[in-house]
Amino acid sequence: MRPFREHIGIVAPLDRSSVDTDQIIPKQFLKRIERTGYGEFLFYDWRYAGNGQPRADFVLNQPQFAEASILIAGKNFGCGSSREHAAWALSDFGFRVIIAPTFADIFATNAGNNGLLLVRLHEQQISTLLDRAHQTTGYKLHVSLLDKRVRDDQDFEASFEIDDFRRTCLLEGLDEIGLTLKHESEIAAYESRLVSRGW
Amino acid sequence: MLAKTLFEKLWEQHIVHQDPDGRALLYIDLHLVHEVTSPQAFEGLRLNGLRLRRPDLTIATVDHNVPTTPNRHIISDPIAAQQIETLRRNCREFGVQLFDIGSTEQGIVHVIGPELGLTQPGKTIVCGDSHTSTHGAFGALAFGIGTSEVEHVLASQCLWQKKPKTMQVVVDGELPLGATAKDIALGIIGRIGSDGATGHVIEYRGSAIRALSMEGRMTVCNMSIEAGARAGMIAPDETTFRYLRGRRFAPGNFEKALGYWQTLHSDEEARFDTTVRINAADLEPYVTWGTNPGMVAPITGRIPDPNSAASETERAATTRALEYMDLKPGTAMEDIAIDRVFIGSCTNARIEDLRATAELVRGYHVHPRVRAMVVPGSQQVKYAAESEGLDRIFRAAGFDWRESGCSMCLGMNPDILQPGERCASTSNRNFEGRQGRGGRTHLVSPPMAAAAAITGHFTDVRKWQFKEAQSA
Repeated sequence: MRPFREHIGIVAPLDRSSVDTDQIIPKQFLKRIERTGYGEFLFYDWRYAGNGQPRADFVLNQPQFAEASILIAGKNFGCGSSREHAAWALSDFGFRVIIAPTFADIFATNAGNNGLLLVRLHEQQISTLLDRAHQTTGYKLHVSLLDKRVRDDQDFEASFEIDDFRRTCLLEGLDEIGLTLKHESEIAAYESRLVSRGW
Repeated sequence: MLAKTLFEKLWEQHIVHQDPDGRALLYIDLHLVHEVTSPQAFEGLRLNGLRLRRPDLTIATVDHNVPTTPNRHIISDPIAAQQIETLRRNCREFGVQLFDIGSTEQGIVHVIGPELGLTQPGKTIVCGDSHTSTHGAFGALAFGIGTSEVEHVLASQCLWQKKPKTMQVVVDGELPLGATAKDIALGIIGRIGSDGATGHVIEYRGSAIRALSMEGRMTVCNMSIEAGARAGMIAPDETTFRYLRGRRFAPGNFEKALGYWQTLHSDEEARFDTTVRINAADLEPYVTWGTNPGMVAPITGRIPDPNSAASETERAATTRALEYMDLKPGTAMEDIAIDRVFIGSCTNARIEDLRATAELVRGYHVHPRVRAMVVPGSQQVKYAAESEGLDRIFRAAGFDWRESGCSMCLGMNPDILQPGERCASTSNRNFEGRQGRGGRTHLVSPPMAAAAAITGHFTDVRKWQFKEAQSA
């Protein structure tokens, strides 16, 4: 997994709550058997009209956000389907950080497993960031996982909480399977206890 | 001894390794696999030179992509066909039992697990599918996972988990006639919201839950994820044990298993982080009007006015939802006309759902404007329905009678809504475009969907005139 230490990038505002994973990556793109190449389908039905033309009013189609790597959204981001394709699509498009008041559980795990940093901030802070992203062309944030802080070059600065284990995995780009297989003897011991149940 | 919840008992039972920071490595007793979320996981095993640790605890089926038409072994979409073929190859290579198209036991993964007796009290069950919460109806700890986690379970039969919080949802009293398990689920989500249970495992309790059949309990647990919950559970009881006895994969030493299963309930003094109490008598048949399952109203209700929303966020979400759904504030739910009806999905396509629906449509015909389909949850459900003559009732009423699969719940196969079409659906998600781009989904119970199919608009099933069966 690609490590995450700190990141400075352009912020795209998505003023919507409960953005579900069906919107992030619609079903017709889940038939592929690859892990890569989903970025072009990100938010497909919101980005493109029925005839395949980009919709000028969607944030990611506006030139000032074309290079965005930080997404700000409303609460309950990533709800619904467990499709990891949502995390793949966001990463593949170029996002490294999603900032929202809350995230759905399965999406949060999927994001973490793909080196995508999720930052939880209060509604009020999100509202400030959304305003600034709309008003300031090229608005950027500096997100540091080292000191768990987000700041801009105006006066915004906030700290955020993250699970210690998730933070370590992201900082070091650790592979969870590799870590787990170090517990082989404990797994085997558990399995032998299972067998002794006998039904 | 410290009083424990059902969830805590299962959690502790499955700890392989406990980290000091609170995370635990949990053992997984059953891993269900389907074609959509597994190809990259198997590929990961190959790339990393890993073996599948427990093929015997891994079971696969094809459900999301499969056509539901009679000649369905021919899949016209080459990408879907490749995904299904990839699962076949992976199952052969890694020694996983596959219930393929053509198998008499193929079906939606969350329908066949219980049907085969694989789903059992006390088990940890995962699947790369959010509706894995369904299996909690048996007193299992069951939750959906992403593809990286699928790979993790394939390789290690374990998963790292941070201990979730606990929520009890107590539904006491008698469910009114016309309200179903689906209405319990929609009623709960309407009250707590589509993120009301995020970070929690729900245990459903109370007399109205105890009174449900296993089918009904599965419907309720299935929708746990629609409230954001990690999992939903119901303590096993005689209803559970009766359902499981004699099933193909039920324990050989059933009595011994039973002894353990009977200990699987929350202790009287056990504490939950959150409690929600609902009087079953207050529940009604519900219809969702918006673009998440928390946007729901009783059939006797009206489309809400965004201006009376509690917050700016909610006002914006309601406005947007009504725009997408093409609905006006103040419209009576019963005045909403529909174009399509879908009776199916892992929420509501079990034999009991089809029986209740058939009883209602008997002697009636689908409204001329409406196209309606019934997609049994599994081939076993289909055969059972056919042996009871339910298929004949549906066909006579003008419903399409299909083969099993996920079908129009998510429209990965050819069963989709056209832009602008409005559908009464027994599935679980009314997200924008869920059943097809531009399609408008209203979630309802199976009897409510059937009634709408006949009248062409949402109709209160409590007023339905049932027709008697004609003697042959």
